[in-house]
Amino acid sequence: MNPAAGQGGAAVRIESCGKTFADGTRALEPATLDIARGETLVLLGPSGCGKTTMLRIIAGLELPDTGGRVLFDGRDMTAVPIERRNVGMVFQSYALFPNMSVADNIGYGLKIRGMASEERAARVAELVRLTNIPGLENRRIDQLSGGQRQRVALARAVAIRPGILLLDEPLTALDAALRDRLRGELNRLLRALGITTIYVTHDQSEAMELGDRIVVMQKGAIAQIGNPREIYFTPKNRFVAEFIGAANIIEAPLENGDLVLPGGRQPTGGVANLPEAVVMIRPETIAIVEPGRAPLSGTVDSISFIGDRQRVIVSGASGKSLTVDAPNNIQARAGDRIGLLIAPDAIRLLPRED
Amino acid sequence: MRDRLIFIGQLIFTLLVAAFLVVPALLSISAGITVNYFRGIASGLTLHWVFQVFDLYAGTIVLSFVIASATLVVTLLAGVPAAYALHVRGGRLSRIVEEIITLPLAIPGLAIALALLLTYQGFAGFRRSWLFILTGHVVFTMPFMVRSVMAVFATVDIRTLDEGAASLGASPWRRFLDVIVPNARPGILAGSLMVVTLSLGEFNLTWMLHTPLTKTLPIGLADSYASMRLEVASAYTLIFFVMIIPLLVAMQMFAGAERAR
Repeated sequence: MNPAAGQGGAAVRIESCGKTFADGTRALEPATLDIARGETLVLLGPSGCGKTTMLRIIAGLELPDTGGRVLFDGRDMTAVPIERRNVGMVFQSYALFPNMSVADNIGYGLKIRGMASEERAARVAELVRLTNIPGLENRRIDQLSGGQRQRVALARAVAIRPGILLLDEPLTALDAALRDRLRGELNRLLRALGITTIYVTHDQSEAMELGDRIVVMQKGAIAQIGNPREIYFTPKNRFVAEFIGAANIIEAPLENGDLVLPGGRQPTGGVANLPEAVVMIRPETIAIVEPGRAPLSGTVDSISFIGDRQRVIVSGASGKSLTVDAPNNIQARAGDRIGLLIAPDAIRLLPRED
Repeated sequence: MRDRLIFIGQLIFTLLVAAFLVVPALLSISAGITVNYFRGIASGLTLHWVFQVFDLYAGTIVLSFVIASATLVVTLLAGVPAAYALHVRGGRLSRIVEEIITLPLAIPGLAIALALLLTYQGFAGFRRSWLFILTGHVVFTMPFMVRSVMAVFATVDIRTLDEGAASLGASPWRRFLDVIVPNARPGILAGSLMVVTLSLGEFNLTWMLHTPLTKTLPIGLADSYASMRLEVASAYTLIFFVMIIPLLVAMQMFAGAERAR
């Protein structure tokens, strides 16, 4: 086993955990969730959706409303304060201690646990290597860059071999390029540690890359739980479809399984009849072909060349304009008439919400 | 040429203002080490009066330091945890408590002293001991300690640091010692200097609360002005100067160092 691993970590269960704040705001509807040993679970949603509240309840920084329970490996931890839960936590602001050096920050949890100073120094050195911050051990925190702080915060949280690693938007404070790079590093590190990890983010690409499973949250409730593919390809509702990736949401009548659109009749592979259906079509599942070679057609409104692909906005095909991600070698100009070929199984029927 | 004249004019004005403030202090100091002030420096210099002050008033000087130190200890032990609790807890109740702690700043010292006298005159032993004066000084200086510590808490995100230490397994007490106090140190130091200086110089409250046996330095000073030779009173002032000036300088240097950070 990897010497830095935390024995695979603990399994977590939260049972009808809701949170109502003193002023009466409902931050979290009662939710039940199981997180397997060694799994990386991402809580994803816009700000104010309750994801951080859920993380803080698991951490022991917030108490759930009466009736809610938090269990680690089947043991009820609800009343146990954070300092006795053996969780490692990385805060959005990192919460590094300005009065201690980098090495003292990383070793603080070990010192609290009464580890002898030689053993502690060895463990700190191991983490410095693991998180790739050699030579910074004696620096003060205010002498570090954002990316270095992030690594120190991670090293400090992992040093204590926690049963569960909790990360609250750990990359949000960094600029975009650094964020992408650290995301990859973080992913490799989490895989190597094999520890149960709960990761809060509002960034869907972070969630996709890091999560074994993603919990999409909306207005204090769980909207959908699934692995990244399930969340992306079969969103349960319009909110999930629109929050994860780009999505065309089309409202149109369904006749014998065909969507009746201004630009033609698009088969969906079924035989259903619905006066007002709501469907989702991902931009990259729509192919641009010669007009007449597809059941659906429209007019090119605009094209933005992005590099690896180009984003084409098409009008006249559906009620609203349609977004298409086309390969970067297709030659088309605004005003061109084009055919739109969509595989029936790329069309996802969503429940109506009013 | 014109600029130079303006500069010289300003310089002279500044020096005059400074002299207006400094000359009385210098005269007072010189009076304290002159054999006979009415005959002037010509009568000779002496430390006789300073020693006489020590003979007569050594007790008040010692008591002032005892009370200032005790005030510091009490405001540290009560004020720093109070500031921490008020900051972390937040909410309306904390605001109200904070306002109540700050109230003595707005109430005249005489009124506070009167309230203490009315409340505790029945406890003769307490009334007669220096602890009675200590109580007044703590009430008077506490807001300075709490405020300056809370000001630091507002600039470093102390709540998240506290949560960070808790996540690493530290008990509330360990967190307080390892993380809260070290990061509040600038505020604690500034508050401490303020508390000691205020306590050493406090007159209003102390004058009401003191007994003939519990006189502090400023009370003794007033006493010597009223009943002693001018030279003795001046020597006494000199001693007070020597004690309080280093504290004030330390406070200024400290404030400068904080701004430079």
